[in-house]
Amino acid sequence: MLEAREITRSFGHVEALRGASFAAYPGEVVALVGDNGAGKSSLTRILVGADQPDSGEILIDGRPTVFSSPLAAQQEGVGVVYQDLALATDLDIPANLYLGRELMKTGLLGKLGFIDQKAMRAGTAKTYERFGVKPGSLGAPVSQLSGGQRQSVAVARSIAFGGRILFMDEPTAALGVLQTAKVLDLIRRVRDEGTAVVLISHNMTDVLDVADRVEVLRLGRRVATFSREQATLEVLVGAMTGQLDERRV
Amino acid sequence: MSAPTEEVEVAPSRFGSGRAREILADSWIALVLIALVIAFSVLRPSFATTFNFSNILVAASVLAVMATGQTYIIITAGIDLSVGSVLVFSSVVAVLTMRELGGISGGWGAALAGVAVGILAGVLWGLLNGLLIAKTKIPALIVTLGTLGMALGSAQLLSSGVDIAAVPPSYVKAIGFGKVLGVPVLVLIALAVLAVFYVVLSRTRFGRHTYAIGSNPEAARRAGIRVDRHLVKIYALQGLLSGLAGVLGLARFSTTTLSGHTADNLAVISAVVLGGTSLFGGYGSLIGTGVAVLIPVVLQNGLIILGVQPFWQTILIGAILIIAVFIDQLKRRARTA
Repeated sequence: MLEAREITRSFGHVEALRGASFAAYPGEVVALVGDNGAGKSSLTRILVGADQPDSGEILIDGRPTVFSSPLAAQQEGVGVVYQDLALATDLDIPANLYLGRELMKTGLLGKLGFIDQKAMRAGTAKTYERFGVKPGSLGAPVSQLSGGQRQSVAVARSIAFGGRILFMDEPTAALGVLQTAKVLDLIRRVRDEGTAVVLISHNMTDVLDVADRVEVLRLGRRVATFSREQATLEVLVGAMTGQLDERRV
Repeated sequence: MSAPTEEVEVAPSRFGSGRAREILADSWIALVLIALVIAFSVLRPSFATTFNFSNILVAASVLAVMATGQTYIIITAGIDLSVGSVLVFSSVVAVLTMRELGGISGGWGAALAGVAVGILAGVLWGLLNGLLIAKTKIPALIVTLGTLGMALGSAQLLSSGVDIAAVPPSYVKAIGFGKVLGVPVLVLIALAVLAVFYVVLSRTRFGRHTYAIGSNPEAARRAGIRVDRHLVKIYALQGLLSGLAGVLGLARFSTTTLSGHTADNLAVISAVVLGGTSLFGGYGSLIGTGVAVLIPVVLQNGLIILGVQPFWQTILIGAILIIAVFIDQLKRRARTA
């Protein structure tokens, strides 16, 4: 569904990506792993429209496309949840979910800028129901939610409106054991809904736990792809550090 | 499937309790206000007359108009120190316009032209504030401190530093001293401003974005909200309201009051913070502002009636402001912890 071919990107003398390829499919969690400097962030930024490649192709459903901006990527169904979540924590869940795309009242009131809070609350409830996740209190400010619940708000934001591909950047980095388990569970539910989830993570335990497939980046290139069955800690670390290269060749 | 549905059905009542807490927080400041009124009334029964209460409400009206805009600004985590100076500037250009068109022998035409010019001048100062803050990223504190000086200095230049009393009497009579069903027109105007801006803040997309920008400008930006443009609009609105306050002041005193507004920003910002709006942005209400704006006015009025030097009011308000912000900080820490 989302595919990147031979992406290159240099910053001055640094070649961050040297022909990196990547693919994500619906109903699948694919983990994008690699050591620091392997090109994960550079590739992610390009795939969500935050940066442009020097060369290479991005295809959506086999059709070449250009993400000139994050908005353009969003319109193709590509959403991203950054580590900082970017939530307005003084506002409640529906306000965050619909931020920047508020539902307006019909008729004259809507033209005057009145928002339909009831419809947004109902829409929020429906979205959460879809994932089978408890939102916590809809009316409370997001600052009162747990880390995992906040993550779910950010995820719901990214895919509630036609999102088909969801990038999650280190979603569990700031979370404790229990909250991490909840977020991984959320990732599975989103996947079961038919969304392609791209998990960018340093945490190999999480990756092995939730990923259906793992793509490994090293020195700006995809060096290996493992299915769930093939992936073990040794294999992943080997591919990330390059020890596997000799064996593969 | 059933569990989340239940949770959702519970939600509205929790939303309700959040509202209740909000109302309680607002009524806290209302209780302080009532305590002050009772205290002054007991100490000096002449405080508790309809005439004096009417005076207090009229004096609070001009502040309330400015505090309305300041509430929006503080919700965006900004500040506008220039309100009093913009008020003075607006009243000066308004009265100069009125003087050109006949002054005290002028009629409604002269008055309304002056009002329009005064309000427009306020908008322009607000736009300058907003553009500088949004585009240059100079802190609002510095920008509005700068325009505080610029607007006041310009007003003094234009008026040669002398108050001008060329306000058409029909305007003073109707707006400054007029009453509808026993309620002063100035109070009605202030209430109307509060009501309109309350509805906009709580029910419209403009209000929603105001809160979002104050809570997390980066989140607002990523959600596609034009943060800079929104900020410019909000400072322009504050300018408009300061300008309106300026021409209302003309109606009340039938003259400019060049030296009477140096502490307006203190009173206005105190009212907003006491009313429960957080200086850190993202949180606040106009109901609280509407109640709290009476506190500096009641203090001043009560102290004068008690025969205490009214300068104590400025001292007290300054101290109250610091305490209120300290409490806000504690609340903020408790919320983010």
